[in-house]
Amino acid sequence: MKKTYKIEVDCANCANLMEETARKTKGVNNAVVNFMTQKIEIEFSENADVSSVMQEVIKNCKKIEEDCEIYI
Amino acid sequence: MNKKQKKMLIRIIAASVLLTGLHFVPINGALRFIAYMIPYYIIGNDIIKKAYKGIINLKPFDESLLMAIATLGAIILAIYNEIHGQTGDYVEAIAVMLFYQIGEFFQSTAVTKSRKHISELMDIRPDYANIERNGAIEKVNPNEVSVGDTIIITAGEKVPLDGIIIEGNSTINTSALTGESIPKTAGINDEIISGSINLTGLLKVRVTKNFGESTVSKILELVENASSKKSKSENFITKFARVYTPIVVFSAIILAILPPVFRITFLNMPALWSTWIYRALTFLVISCPCALVISIPLTFFAGIGGASRAGILIKGSNCIETLSNIKTVVFDKTGTLTQGVFEVNAVHHNKIDEKQLIEYAALAESTSLHPIALSLKKAYNKKIDLTRVKDVQEISGNGIIAQIDDTEVIAGNEKIMKKFGIEPIICHSSGTIIHVAINKNYMGHIVISDVIKPEAENTIKELKKIGIKNIIMLTGDLKKAAQNVAEKLRITEFYAELLPNDKLNKMEEIINNKNTAAFAGDGINDAPVLSRADIGIAMGAMGSDAAIEAADVVLMDDNPLKIPLAVKISKKCLSIVKQNILFALIVKFICLILGAAGIANMWLAVFADVGVMILCILNAFRMLFFNDFHVKIKS
Repeated sequence: MKKTYKIEVDCANCANLMEETARKTKGVNNAVVNFMTQKIEIEFSENADVSSVMQEVIKNCKKIEEDCEIYI
Repeated sequence: MNKKQKKMLIRIIAASVLLTGLHFVPINGALRFIAYMIPYYIIGNDIIKKAYKGIINLKPFDESLLMAIATLGAIILAIYNEIHGQTGDYVEAIAVMLFYQIGEFFQSTAVTKSRKHISELMDIRPDYANIERNGAIEKVNPNEVSVGDTIIITAGEKVPLDGIIIEGNSTINTSALTGESIPKTAGINDEIISGSINLTGLLKVRVTKNFGESTVSKILELVENASSKKSKSENFITKFARVYTPIVVFSAIILAILPPVFRITFLNMPALWSTWIYRALTFLVISCPCALVISIPLTFFAGIGGASRAGILIKGSNCIETLSNIKTVVFDKTGTLTQGVFEVNAVHHNKIDEKQLIEYAALAESTSLHPIALSLKKAYNKKIDLTRVKDVQEISGNGIIAQIDDTEVIAGNEKIMKKFGIEPIICHSSGTIIHVAINKNYMGHIVISDVIKPEAENTIKELKKIGIKNIIMLTGDLKKAAQNVAEKLRITEFYAELLPNDKLNKMEEIINNKNTAAFAGDGINDAPVLSRADIGIAMGAMGSDAAIEAADVVLMDDNPLKIPLAVKISKKCLSIVKQNILFALIVKFICLILGAAGIANMWLAVFADVGVMILCILNAFRMLFFNDFHVKIKS
């Protein structure tokens, strides 16, 4: 299942880092950050609990880039 | 400017003022150190914090860490100098941090601005739909309207959903979708596309697609996802950034340690630690790859955004890249180079007046909705008096027999003529031939053929001008018709009488023989060919899901001139990308060498980092103006 979320991130490199971090989060199959439109598209693995996976994604992203934001 | 940017601006101004002020304050020693640390803290506290977090989270190679090490290093060197009796230079460290932040600030505002600029261009998302409920008009979210509902669109409003007009007349502006600035007129039973603007009248529209399926949603989805499909140059930069930074950092460490050690052990000279550490710090400042990381996606984004404003939807940065490299353009004939509508071209061997012959044929075909019948009615160009027509008998696929003004008229192909024992004169023109007989006497025939689009000739010329040498036409039509079009448009290579499957095979052959090839078709029955081509260009795709799905480039209207324009946009885009990559790499490389040799100081290093980034962003901005320029010329 794919879902798109609005994000807020300032630099292109941080956006790449967010993408990488989201991808490595458990329950996420693939993630693509679109820096220009400020969106992240997350493909969840089967049976993943979307809301808890998203909490984890946000936590991990905050770790690498403090002032990034993902709006659920 | 958002809140964060405003805060940043204040910090930049405060630090600059303090730094300049301190220059005139006569203080020394520890007091001077503390005084200088104030602007440093103001401008750099977040960077230091980020660098610290990076180390803790084991993600050390980010630009914050580089800046932190470089500036803190420079400060320590300054303290070291102070202790040894010289005046330490704190200004440099603070200035480096200051310039770095100015660069970041500039980047962030530039990106926000261009993002806004481009999304304004694509501001086609409707906010509401007017729906009639219990006699009152209500504004609702377009999402809540379902198929079959009737919506009301007043003058000046955006059309929120695709539908069919059931009441009212108006002119419709589709420029946000197609780039075409001349409004279209629309009346009852006309289809109306979401995202266009109702200019004059009040319209009642029966909704045919829900919001998610409507044209406007499809377009927005396509454009917004476009820049997620990364091009080779973007992937190159991402990979490059991943190796470049660590390499420079390790080189900096080696530069700081190896030469002094070498000097002590082999040359018996003083180590000059501070000189070499300073050079290593310069290295670190240059090492940030942000000029590339930011300017290249920005260029592609501007290219995609600008193209979509001209009615050209490009599905990804990778498509821009391929499009800029195409050497061959293959056209489908009908609907792409020709209008796909039929027109009366000539009347031959007529024994009665030309106009009268067309009149009889038009009257005979008056009840039919076949394209041929429509073209006859159009050529007749008068209101058809249906009382003159009686006993219409259609012989499927062959023609029509009808009583007109009490004479028997037969109109149709050779077969129907022969069936009634009439000997038709065989025509050698290309196109569909309608023979006409009155009271079983042969009266001549009418040649109906497809019309070449007025822009087609210029399209071919433009394509040749921008270096596309191979232009090929494929068609399922008869050879004679194809040859006729090819000659008029000066296309030297064409293949006729192809079934859809043959088209696919031919396309494969072309791709195997020649370099990158694009295929342009109307997407109705050539979807497989569209997806097989290196670049599939679907024309007149407004409302056609299949074409939007299969193609890489979607032209919202059916103007073939958009094809050379799309190629031009992509070429421009790629040339800016290449300029930026080359410029940034060369400047950085030179500065690295100068830094290692001790010629470049930290000021030059800051230029190599921030200056190059600003120049690259400004260069990327040219993409915005390029598109504007073309759109203006067109309209």
